[in-house]
Amino acid sequence: MNKVETALAVAAAAPVGRSLWADARRRLFANRAALLSIVVLVLMVLLIVLGPMFSPWTYDYIDFDGIWRAPPQTEGMHFFGTDQLGRDLFVRTLVGGRISLMVGIVATLVSLLIGVAYGATAGYFGGRIDGLMMRGVDILYALPFMFLVILLMVVFGRHLVLIFVAIGAINWLDMARIVRGQTLALKNREFVMAARASGVSNGRIIRRHIIPNLLGVVMVYVTLTIPQVILVESFLSFLGLGVQEPATSWGALVNEGARDMDAAPWALIFPATFLAVTLFCFNFIGDGLRDALDPKDR
Amino acid sequence: MKSILPRLLASVLVFCTLTASAAPQILRKGNGPEVETLDPHKAEGVSAANVLRDLYEGLITERPDATLTAGAAESWTLSDDRLTYTFTLRRDAKWSNGDPVTAEDFVAGLRRSADPATGSNYSQILAPIANAEAVIEGKLPPDQLAVTAVDPHTLTIRLKGPTAYFLGLLVHSSTYPIHRASLAKFGTAFAQPGNLVTNGAYRLVQRVVQSHILLERNPYYWDNAHTSIDQVQYLNTEDLNSEFKRFRAGELDWTYEVPASQGAWIRANLPEMYKVHTYLGVYYYGFNVTRPPFKDNPKLRRALTLAIDRKIICEKVQGLGEQPADSWVPPGTIGHRTAKAQWSGWNREQSLAEARRLYKEAGYSEENPARVEILYNTHENHKKVATAIAAMWKQWLGVDAVLVNEEWKVYLQTRRLKARTEVFRAGWIGDYNDANSFLEILHSKHGLNDQGYSNPRYDELIEKAAVEGDPAVREQLQHDAEALLMEDLPVIPIYFYVTKRLVSPRVTGWEGNIMDHHHTRYMRLQ
Amino acid sequence: MLRLALLRFASAVPTLLLLLVLAFFMMRAAPGGPFDTERSLPPEILAKLEQAYHLDEPLWKQFARYIGGAVQGDLGPSFQYSDFTVNQLILQGLPVSLRVGLGAMVLALFVGCAAGIVAALRHNRFSDYAVMTLAMTGMSIPVFVIAPLLILLFAVTLGWLPAGGWQDGGLRDMALPVVALALPQIAILARLMRGSMIEVLNSNYIRTARAKGLATRTVILRHALRPALMPVLSYLGPASAGIITGSVVIEQIFGIPGIGRYFVQAALNRDYTLVMGVVVFYGTLIILFNFLVDMLYGVLDPRVRAE
Repeated sequence: MNKVETALAVAAAAPVGRSLWADARRRLFANRAALLSIVVLVLMVLLIVLGPMFSPWTYDYIDFDGIWRAPPQTEGMHFFGTDQLGRDLFVRTLVGGRISLMVGIVATLVSLLIGVAYGATAGYFGGRIDGLMMRGVDILYALPFMFLVILLMVVFGRHLVLIFVAIGAINWLDMARIVRGQTLALKNREFVMAARASGVSNGRIIRRHIIPNLLGVVMVYVTLTIPQVILVESFLSFLGLGVQEPATSWGALVNEGARDMDAAPWALIFPATFLAVTLFCFNFIGDGLRDALDPKDR
Repeated sequence: MKSILPRLLASVLVFCTLTASAAPQILRKGNGPEVETLDPHKAEGVSAANVLRDLYEGLITERPDATLTAGAAESWTLSDDRLTYTFTLRRDAKWSNGDPVTAEDFVAGLRRSADPATGSNYSQILAPIANAEAVIEGKLPPDQLAVTAVDPHTLTIRLKGPTAYFLGLLVHSSTYPIHRASLAKFGTAFAQPGNLVTNGAYRLVQRVVQSHILLERNPYYWDNAHTSIDQVQYLNTEDLNSEFKRFRAGELDWTYEVPASQGAWIRANLPEMYKVHTYLGVYYYGFNVTRPPFKDNPKLRRALTLAIDRKIICEKVQGLGEQPADSWVPPGTIGHRTAKAQWSGWNREQSLAEARRLYKEAGYSEENPARVEILYNTHENHKKVATAIAAMWKQWLGVDAVLVNEEWKVYLQTRRLKARTEVFRAGWIGDYNDANSFLEILHSKHGLNDQGYSNPRYDELIEKAAVEGDPAVREQLQHDAEALLMEDLPVIPIYFYVTKRLVSPRVTGWEGNIMDHHHTRYMRLQ
Repeated sequence: MLRLALLRFASAVPTLLLLLVLAFFMMRAAPGGPFDTERSLPPEILAKLEQAYHLDEPLWKQFARYIGGAVQGDLGPSFQYSDFTVNQLILQGLPVSLRVGLGAMVLALFVGCAAGIVAALRHNRFSDYAVMTLAMTGMSIPVFVIAPLLILLFAVTLGWLPAGGWQDGGLRDMALPVVALALPQIAILARLMRGSMIEVLNSNYIRTARAKGLATRTVILRHALRPALMPVLSYLGPASAGIITGSVVIEQIFGIPGIGRYFVQAALNRDYTLVMGVVVFYGTLIILFNFLVDMLYGVLDPRVRAE
């Protein structure tokens, strides 16, 4: 990076950036729902990562004599009871959470990557390129994507990677639209014009000046997309296209639990609560972030 | 909850009974997955067969207990060489539009069934008829099938060899007659409501794909006077849990199945409505014996077979009355003497000790575990069984068992190619009540032998049995074939199916039977 | 306005074509064919069948044949339900899906918007929190949990409504599926409506209107509702997609003979023509819907109208 460019980048980031972020953090932490959500989510992640260590059971061990044990089973150490095959639901719920969160995060990142690159490019170049690229997005918008995902799962079987890519591929369209809009506004700002005037390449401007300034919008979007993706995964599980047994996800567990809800309500209640609480948290954080970053309120 | 529900159900039933006396009697049957077609010569699934049984009548039909009795043919004779059947048709048999049912209609139906242009899935069932195989393969025209209409009421069928179970085949939908005029008029649309003309006790009124099929009694049916129920509604109930809830809400009189996880609840709360009967079917796992690790590895196959506790699978994983299988042919098959496996009756310790010994002898150990992939098709129940079996192998033998699930069509192809499969789940429901229906699918040339099992001695035994005229000799041949199978173990029999359903107490006149064939014309509603 | 309409129509063609190409070739890439059954067909019969359905031709030719038929409104015979053509099947399933889908949409719009307005008016008070918590719950619980709960309560325990099926397609049959399908959309719409309403209520011209002493009712209905509806309107496109997707689940749980259910079954059974038929149909429906929303947007928003 040459000196002029560095100076410009700093100039661009400093007055807007620092105060904006500090401000945003203050607002976010002032939002009690969002703050509580962050705390709960952190605890949830810790539980999901560390929790299984505190149980003598593994997620795939079948205790043939312990089918459908209702909780609390303190002497058997089945904190959440057992499922239809005598597997420990505590461990399964946590391990399922790992998969669900992973799908949520990775698929969102996939959509993020595609969406930001596409939207920033379209917005930055504008004009005919923008028109063409956005027409493409419009076309894709009209595709019944969920159907294509089902086809994809039917055709290629159920690999975790495929689930990421497939779900990510549905969600990038919104991202692209949002990013494009923001970029259109940004590209006429002084610091971008200055950079262009000093001969910085287009790719570099997008990477160094446009994308960092999109971060706020993108963060809001990400927190709101993760819960959607987790729900999509559960939808696939319902159709029998989810992860491969004995691995599991919240979607799969909730689906199984819903099936037997009158015989073994605990098999539904625990995973469903985990799922709902997590989605709750993400949505509250997303809302909080949006409020915190919304310049209109300032 | 426990005390309210039965009472609630009872009151719903009372309500239904009260209203039923005024309106036409309608029986509402859950019929599982969607009926793919009502063309009797193309139909394949159990759901379609159930509906066709009410719509059509073959030469032979069944009593409520599924024993054979006169259908469209009032009598028949068999020639001394046991090769030619002569059927005399009822003079009062009529189609649902009033046309008489003639021998020509049956000839046309059988020819259509065998004609490769029809695309029948079940044409092979006609194989015992002389020339049938050549017709199916397209080497002979369909009119060369050895079926002749001597006069409008006399039909002869000549066989390739003596076939003990031949009459039993004649209740199958692929032998039903066809109303030639409507077929000619409507072509492929002939089976649609309004077009379909049938010769059974009921006729088609309405068909809404993915919802229901409505039949009403056929006034021209020869025994219409003894039919009691006016209308039958076959409801698509693909989702067993939804079906169960609909039965509990009083919307169904008869379910297709029962969700496995509700077994305990049902036995506690609805015992008098829960009907279980042995079924002519075996649930099994097949070994691909054309590839390692199971190729030429009888010890590993035997070890894995022994390490499955069938009692647990039946009682805890299924829990609806399934019978542990330690032989291949289901009990209750007519004229069959079961050859049980040597390990039949062993307890878990005994079996496991032997399994571990064999596993070690086959060269596997904790450090060097056998890696086995279990393939199953996407289904709640198969998933459950596969998960349990994988855990048994893993927890009791130390096998590194991996589950792979594929949806039906992919699974079928994978299975057939034998290039990747190691162990796959499968099930077989007999097409007719004879051991041959089970034994033949392991013949080295049979299309369903996805194990790749090939034992010349086995082939010879069942080939001989298929054309043997003496019942005693035939029984011995089939017994020996089964014994050989239990020695070679290309398959692991796991359990024998049972039919299990909830039936409202107001439905009478039916009996549980091993074929699970139920004709609505015998049933009554109270 | 007219230009926009024409432009929309022009873009519908490549959209549909792309959709067709994707669905056609993805379906054909799937292992297994429509005639694969457990007891394998003898090769002679299979050959005859494939010939009859033109499956023996090269793929591009089959595709061209399909497009040719589709343009003339013939979607071909169904492989799985051999007694029917795809046209017949779609005609049978469409009214059912439309009734449930539109019912859910209308319900979601009314309830969602009403709840959103209430929450906005009582901003940061108890009813606001109650509505928003309920909405959040609606968004966080999968439909396949809500639907069986509804059945258990209203059909099995109370016996008020049928547990499933489609007898005459009347209100009794529709009630539970429509509610189950609408719930998540109600939640989303309520949040949207609340957000935009709060924003509008804080704007200067509403403050002015209030200052003039107009009744709250008048202010809301005359001045605030229309601008506040704009974001809701632009969500209608995605909402329709969501309802279509949800219908796959709902139709399965309630045993409703709609198109969504055809799709999953057809995909699993390699019923090539039926899959294509449903995809084309839904594609067209979504395009049409987006078009209507755009037009409505133009009518409601003077800025777009002026352009």
